[in-house]
Amino acid sequence: MNILILIGIAMLAPVAGGLLTGIDRIISARLQGRQGPPLLQPFYDVLKLCQKESIEVNSMHRFFVYISLAFVVFTTVILLSGGDILLAIFALTLGSVFFVLGGYASNSPYNTIGSERELLQIMAYEPMVLLTCVGLYYAENSFFVKDIVAAQTPSIVYLPGVFFGLIFILTFKLRKSPFDLSMSHHGHQEIVKGITTEYSGKDLAVIEVTHWYEVIIALALVYVFFATAAPMSHVFAVIVCLLVYLLEIIIDNGAARVKWQQALKSAWIVTGIMGTVNLIILSFFK
Amino acid sequence: MTDIIKQKQGDECMGAITGLILFPLAAALGILLVKNDEVRNMIVRVGAAGTAVLTLVVVGLYFKSGIALSFRLEKAIEAVMAIAETAIAVYVISIGIKYKKYVISVLSFVQASAMLCFEFTVKHNIEVKHAMIFDKLTAIMVLVIGLVGSLICIYAVGYMKTYHIHHKEYKERKNFFFAVLFLFLSAMFGIVLSNDLTWMYFCWELTTLCSFLLIGYTRTKEARNNSFRALLINLGGGVAFAAGIIFIGIYYKTLELSVVTSMKPEAAMMIPVFFLSLAALTKSAQLPFSSWLLGAMVAPTPSSALLHSATMVKAGVYLIIRLAPLLGATPVGKTVTFVGGITFLACSLMAISQSDAKKILAYSTLANLGLIVICASIGTQESLWAAILLIIFHAVSKSLLFISVGSIEHQIGNRDVENMDVLLGISKKLALYMMIGIAGMFLAPFGMLISKWVAMKAFIDSNNVIIVIILAYGSAATLFYWTKWMGKLVSRANMNQQSESKFHLDEEIPITILAGMVVVSCFTFPLVSKYALIPYLTEVFGRTALIPIGTNDIKLMLCMLSMLILLPISFIPIYKNDKRRKVPVYMAGENTGDNETFYGAMNEKRKMELSNWYMVDYFGPKRLTLWSDVIAAAILVSGVIMMIGGMA
Repeated sequence: MNILILIGIAMLAPVAGGLLTGIDRIISARLQGRQGPPLLQPFYDVLKLCQKESIEVNSMHRFFVYISLAFVVFTTVILLSGGDILLAIFALTLGSVFFVLGGYASNSPYNTIGSERELLQIMAYEPMVLLTCVGLYYAENSFFVKDIVAAQTPSIVYLPGVFFGLIFILTFKLRKSPFDLSMSHHGHQEIVKGITTEYSGKDLAVIEVTHWYEVIIALALVYVFFATAAPMSHVFAVIVCLLVYLLEIIIDNGAARVKWQQALKSAWIVTGIMGTVNLIILSFFK
Repeated sequence: MTDIIKQKQGDECMGAITGLILFPLAAALGILLVKNDEVRNMIVRVGAAGTAVLTLVVVGLYFKSGIALSFRLEKAIEAVMAIAETAIAVYVISIGIKYKKYVISVLSFVQASAMLCFEFTVKHNIEVKHAMIFDKLTAIMVLVIGLVGSLICIYAVGYMKTYHIHHKEYKERKNFFFAVLFLFLSAMFGIVLSNDLTWMYFCWELTTLCSFLLIGYTRTKEARNNSFRALLINLGGGVAFAAGIIFIGIYYKTLELSVVTSMKPEAAMMIPVFFLSLAALTKSAQLPFSSWLLGAMVAPTPSSALLHSATMVKAGVYLIIRLAPLLGATPVGKTVTFVGGITFLACSLMAISQSDAKKILAYSTLANLGLIVICASIGTQESLWAAILLIIFHAVSKSLLFISVGSIEHQIGNRDVENMDVLLGISKKLALYMMIGIAGMFLAPFGMLISKWVAMKAFIDSNNVIIVIILAYGSAATLFYWTKWMGKLVSRANMNQQSESKFHLDEEIPITILAGMVVVSCFTFPLVSKYALIPYLTEVFGRTALIPIGTNDIKLMLCMLSMLILLPISFIPIYKNDKRRKVPVYMAGENTGDNETFYGAMNEKRKMELSNWYMVDYFGPKRLTLWSDVIAAAILVSGVIMMIGGMA
């Protein structure tokens, strides 16, 4: 029974992620004055990629993408089954590291630049992600998602600053402008295709599916701030997740990519101020 | 303590422990006297293997019940120590005068005369019940020193052979080098076994001398300067140590560490604790005393490996772990915690800007020691659990990395990370071991990360918000510099394979064993925790300690580890019948076809060069060293002020 739930999570998460990406593309198109593709377009894309011939520059670099997917799935399952949030984040980081290594392994100039930028992005958002976990532990005395979402008061009451910081760095995680340095969905601001330059066919499809999982992981982090023991709060949490996603889409379309210096500085400064102030205030009440 | 540790008088059962200290000493003496290269190499190998076996024997004998020793011939041993101490002092004072480093002479004179006076006057009235104590923490330290240390000694045999072929300009003094390595091991065993503070102090000074001799091995100007800096800073620490001992001796009428640490952390106690912590901070090269460890890089790699992983720096954190019950939330504890914090953060950031492999490793050592110092000085059960595990994991991973870098340097001619992309073509094994070592340093589910995780929990539980934030930033920086190094290692997968070159068996065996130890230590940490850490912490705190990570989480971690090991294997069948089309990498259509050059302007072939990011303008030592030193010094000064305030 338990296993079935875990498999269910692993199967349904990408479906939800893919649908969200479809919504993203429609809204983005409307913001840009276009009609946009149908809702299921991301799935069509992935199916089509799977039928394409996969060419590669060496036999090693796709291997990292598969491992990356494996650990991202692992993270999703831990998070959504109520597991340890810190462990989930460590697994996610491991997945990201493998993705970066894949970029390096191709030894292609564009891929390598993408990898280096991806790595920089990880460094920029990692402190805030860790502080989010710390904040949740501070507020609810547990790292376990199942305990956090079973609390009487929603965590957002204790952690407004941390929540704001998290929203800020989710722009990195969701690969949205202005922090989409390593790869972007917007052709006009991309160096070739960033970290994915040398991937094609099935491998590219895997990267796309990994991204769907990551969307769900990102929104799951938002979710835990609002969910409580009260059943209605879960509906509310889902609505907040959708609003945050909408906000990220609007920011994405309204901003141009920034230089890495600004990305790193702004992320670290926002983390420093929002995270630190919030946690220090919280520590006085403990 | 007495109900757990069976006290045995006399000589009957201390043969093994005495042997553990004396055996490396005898090996050192033998090595120093033998002139024949082959014979000497054999003695080194046998000596190292013997030390490792003795370590296992001692730990096997006394692990379960522990033992506290007092020696019948204590007076004679102390007389020998006094003579050796005087000889060392005379030697240090004379070289200080010879090279016009008068501060060194003065420091050495001050501490030696103070200690000798103390030993011949006050000490006679103080009864030391147990000169040596072997408990579970000692067992862990002995294992780390004995196993990692002896592997490094074996590695040194192979390394030094090649070293002198590459560096004909340095005079060959191999017998001296090996002898000092063994002397070092002996002194380290002394430090972790001693309960009598004067004995510990003697061994402490011996390690200072050994590091000075090792760093100055090549006798170049740089080596001499750096070795004198190491000597100066560690002698400064030695003076603090001596001051602490004398204070404890006169004021509290005891010289036993176990007695001192079981006292109440009252205001007066803070003075010697501060002095001892200061000595520990210099030995562990925390800011602002860290420059000596960075300078120690000029020495041949085995000695850096020894200094950085199993010995020297670990002596400092060991002492802080012992003092932990007196630190915690006291002013001195807070001071030490923040010094560790600033060291962790600043050194993690500075490591980003380095491309010299040994420099990266050095900064990473400093940062990790900072982390251990934080964990130890916070002094809760959880944080000490993390600190001790960090010592184990760090020793194993870091020694693997150091000796791998040493071999890589011999294979590719330099140790610049930028040039390590060719390694996969030269030696697949070395590249793999390097990857294991790096993964061991920062990736989940490897050891360092497990400890970091618990550390994070411990910091929140003890309400140290600032330290948690420092940890978050430092971890992000750590991830950055290790991953980009790993990236370099995997980046030439498409290169035409060059010939697999061989390296010395004396180098290969220790590297392989250490790589195995990194992986095994990750699988077995729950056992270490159950049988060593929990009993030790329960005893120190007098209440049952709990393992800080839940069983389910441990299972998940082990599951991740298995995934990491098994996943690559499961991909091999796919590669076997791989019919995918191979294409040249994309270079905007200008790839000449060999993936390494492209057509530039005028159709000339130009080499493609890819370089990592170092961001020197942001994280360069020039920008950060001064400030971080100033902050660390300010923290120390404010610690003194707080301490005096506490007295008043």
